[in-house]
Amino acid sequence: MNQNRRHFLKFVGLSAAAGLCFGPVRGLMASGGPAASSAPAETAAGLRAKRWAMVVDTRVLNSAETIKPLVDVCHSQHNVPDIPGNKNIKWIWGAPFHEAFTDMNTNYLAEGVESRQYVLLCNHCDNAPCVRVCPTKATYRRPDGIVTMDYHRCIGCRYCMAGCPYGSRSFNFGEPRLNLDLAKLNKEYPTRMRGVVEKCTFCVERLEAGKVPACVEAAKGALLFGDLTDSGSEVRKALRGNFTIRRKPSLGTEPSVYYII
Amino acid sequence: MQYGGKIITGLVIFIGLVTFPLAFNAGKAAYSQPKLKMPAKEKECIESAAFMRKEHMQLLDSWRDWALRDGKRTFVNSKGKSFNISLQNTCMKCHDNKAEFCDKCHNDAAVSPYCWDCHIQPEGLKK
Repeated sequence: MNQNRRHFLKFVGLSAAAGLCFGPVRGLMASGGPAASSAPAETAAGLRAKRWAMVVDTRVLNSAETIKPLVDVCHSQHNVPDIPGNKNIKWIWGAPFHEAFTDMNTNYLAEGVESRQYVLLCNHCDNAPCVRVCPTKATYRRPDGIVTMDYHRCIGCRYCMAGCPYGSRSFNFGEPRLNLDLAKLNKEYPTRMRGVVEKCTFCVERLEAGKVPACVEAAKGALLFGDLTDSGSEVRKALRGNFTIRRKPSLGTEPSVYYII
Repeated sequence: MQYGGKIITGLVIFIGLVTFPLAFNAGKAAYSQPKLKMPAKEKECIESAAFMRKEHMQLLDSWRDWALRDGKRTFVNSKGKSFNISLQNTCMKCHDNKAEFCDKCHNDAAVSPYCWDCHIQPEGLKK
């Protein structure tokens, strides 16, 4: 056979052309993966918004006793363990004014304001530092503003805990199931495992089912939840009618939890 | 043949070692798929049994991403029927016994998926 450079180049050129023609066809055939004929869709009953936000009426939710029912309902629904000592897991909790609003260095605060307990939870920031620092994208921000987590991806590096200025994230130093009452678990919701971080999710699973977050339901009107972009929503009405503050606004994270003082 | 004895002895040992699993298992019953406890009330899964057997892991993987990342929690199957995307609230409501369903094949195949480190099996958890 006369195998010279000219023949070789012709052969290579023809092979490349054939590859370009048949490559995409093969690709189409191979992509008939798990769900070729099936598809996901949004839940019909789900609550939707452009920007979810919460308003806390601290005139009503002002003491450990008024906050405890919210904590209990949240933690029992999401199988959050209660661990004695400094390794506890918190999705929602109460704190005094100077712990909650550390950048308001006001002396001689009004007595009623200073003595209150404030409901604290994840602020679901617009510019969430936890989302920015997460190396695996386990923490992410949904288009509706909810900052949530995919625990499958969390590697437990705790950058998010260092990044969050609100202390809203808790790390599972040990196996959380050891500190849960296994008989009283909510079987509709998973637990977490050792070595992952967890936090409030604004109850995405309840929103998808058409229900407001568990704490909002338990607060009987003292917590308002709604769409910040809708000027007729409950939260916007409350923000129009009351003086509200947010936690550490100077950091520029744009928290979406507002406190009526 | 130089070193013939050593080479043949070596070959015999080598072939013996390589064929040991075949010889060891000769005469034993062939692998049969384990008998699974099927749901009593429901006859049809979200997709065909053959598809589920082969692809359930990829399906669950897509389910996770659709539900968490894309916020789409309804699965429309190839026949157009809708299901809520949830391992605990959809799959395990029918397959209400992990030990009699999931574990049977997983144990035989010597795989240990870590679903149940977080998800709660329908039997509940024991200390």
